[in-house]
Amino acid sequence: MIEMRELRKNFSVRVKAGRLRRQKREVAAVDGVSLSIARGEMVGYIGPNGAGKSTTLKMLTGVLTPTSGEVSVCGLRPVPQRTRLALRIGVVFGQRSQLWWDLPLRESFRLLRHVYRVPATEHAARLRRCEELLDLRAFLDTPVRQLSLGQRMRGELTAALLHGPEVLFLDEPTIGLDVVSKQAVRSFLGELGRTGDVTLVLTTHDLADIERLCHRLVVIDHGHVVHDGTIEQLHTRYGSRRRVVADLDVPLPPGFTLPGATLTSTEADGHRVTFTLESIAAGAAVAALVTAAQVRDLSVVEPEIEDVVARLYTDVSGAP
Amino acid sequence: MNAIGASVPPISPRRPVSASIATFCALIGSGFRRYATYRQATVAGTFTNIVFGFLRCYVLLAVAAGAAGNAPGGYDARQLATFVWVGQGLLNVVGLWGWVDLADRIRTGDIVADLVRPISPVTAYLAADLGRAAHAMLTRVGPPLLVGALFFPLATPTRWQTVPLFAVSVVLAVIGAFACRYLVNATAYWLDDARGPLVFWTLGSGVLAGLYFPLRLLPDWLAVTLWVATPLPGLLQTPLDVLIERDGPALQAGLVGLQAVWAVVMLALAHWVQRRAERRLVVQGG
Repeated sequence: MIEMRELRKNFSVRVKAGRLRRQKREVAAVDGVSLSIARGEMVGYIGPNGAGKSTTLKMLTGVLTPTSGEVSVCGLRPVPQRTRLALRIGVVFGQRSQLWWDLPLRESFRLLRHVYRVPATEHAARLRRCEELLDLRAFLDTPVRQLSLGQRMRGELTAALLHGPEVLFLDEPTIGLDVVSKQAVRSFLGELGRTGDVTLVLTTHDLADIERLCHRLVVIDHGHVVHDGTIEQLHTRYGSRRRVVADLDVPLPPGFTLPGATLTSTEADGHRVTFTLESIAAGAAVAALVTAAQVRDLSVVEPEIEDVVARLYTDVSGAP
Repeated sequence: MNAIGASVPPISPRRPVSASIATFCALIGSGFRRYATYRQATVAGTFTNIVFGFLRCYVLLAVAAGAAGNAPGGYDARQLATFVWVGQGLLNVVGLWGWVDLADRIRTGDIVADLVRPISPVTAYLAADLGRAAHAMLTRVGPPLLVGALFFPLATPTRWQTVPLFAVSVVLAVIGAFACRYLVNATAYWLDDARGPLVFWTLGSGVLAGLYFPLRLLPDWLAVTLWVATPLPGLLQTPLDVLIERDGPALQAGLVGLQAVWAVVMLALAHWVQRRAERRLVVQGG
């Protein structure tokens, strides 16, 4: 569905090189990205600010011309065939609006039906479904400029889907949303993804979006792909470990060890300890702790994707 | 959920003409409704037009009174008053000034939303502008014309073809003015900020389109050069000259023909510039 080979985009920037002189310098925003995304996949495309995520998305949608490399979406070349491609893809840019600012939301949807030449019955059916799932009814007749960010984003999602796109590109769709709106957007996208009809590429800084929605995770930094695989593979690669946190009535005796685990923190005068599990299963570790100490409370903590990704960003950015 | 995700409509590379017309008309409607939303702005703008109408009318009538044969540039007093009062309304229909939407969208990067639609931005903005012009025609032409008619004797057309020719001329003026504004706004693709070209346009277009004084007051060689070599007289002076029957029937029709040529040239130029811009586009703001 989406193919990229050695995709590259350079921007030229002028940097100060003296009191009056400016020097032109080429900066690679996307530096040789190769990816293949199959029909129905839900891919999270993440990276720190300025990593090249949005630039990639703009090249995939035909808005930006790549400096070099090949790209194809739905079998079309995005830039020369942008208008044809636009009929087959949906795009949501979290920080931009594709709705008509001064007109009611309903009016924007009606205009989009004409712009995308969607048969009236299909349009009505899709709109009805979106109205239900995204709870649009209360503000369909409100001008877009008066909508809250959460309401507008639900409108943007609907707008991107009314023509039944094969691929949906979402550029930070949950940016700035409150918890309830985020959940509404996520559950909507999750349901959309489950049908397998729509290929979804999602860029975000909110890793909860990725955990809930995307099986595949592509991490990009400085224009390079630094990880392409599942979230589990990312954890394995970066040595993410589960942790056992135990609250104790009596602190552990000095020199206590738990085979296959490392004591990583001791708090509250030894009444709370955290073990990171290296080569021992959580069940065995819990059993061993309960036998060896007076345990009041105990929990097994899953590795945080945020920690892993933060380490990934730091590693890559810090690399020479 | 299938209702959302499934079945993509069959896509033909060539859009059926009827579908394209329906899209264009829907976008015209959007432009109309957008401006219909701001009623207070319409009233305030009309009031300003009327105030300036009095100023311009008295100045031109004073010029006429002092001119040889009381007909400067070949206009009599009635024609000059009509020129001013219809011009005050037409100024908004043509939308000579004030449109910075495209430049703003380029500067902020919002233009990206226009580029992911299956329609050229030039076509989409033209349709919306025709809607805006239709709204202005209904709301902004009548009041100044009525006030003008109450306070000054106005000229009425004497030839049957004048009114339809005027209608065609107004549409061509709207298209020509849109294309000029689009080009001025599109400089933002290269400059990031189009304020300089926009100020230049505002100053230049008012004078050279015939808003401040009829271009026939200029020496013949200069007036002819302006008409033939620039689209500007076609934006305001031509429709007004057509309506007040400044020239004979042949020249009247000829001027509209020239206007049509310029409208087509400028629209083609806007399309060309847009395509060039897309090739070197840098979307601002991430």
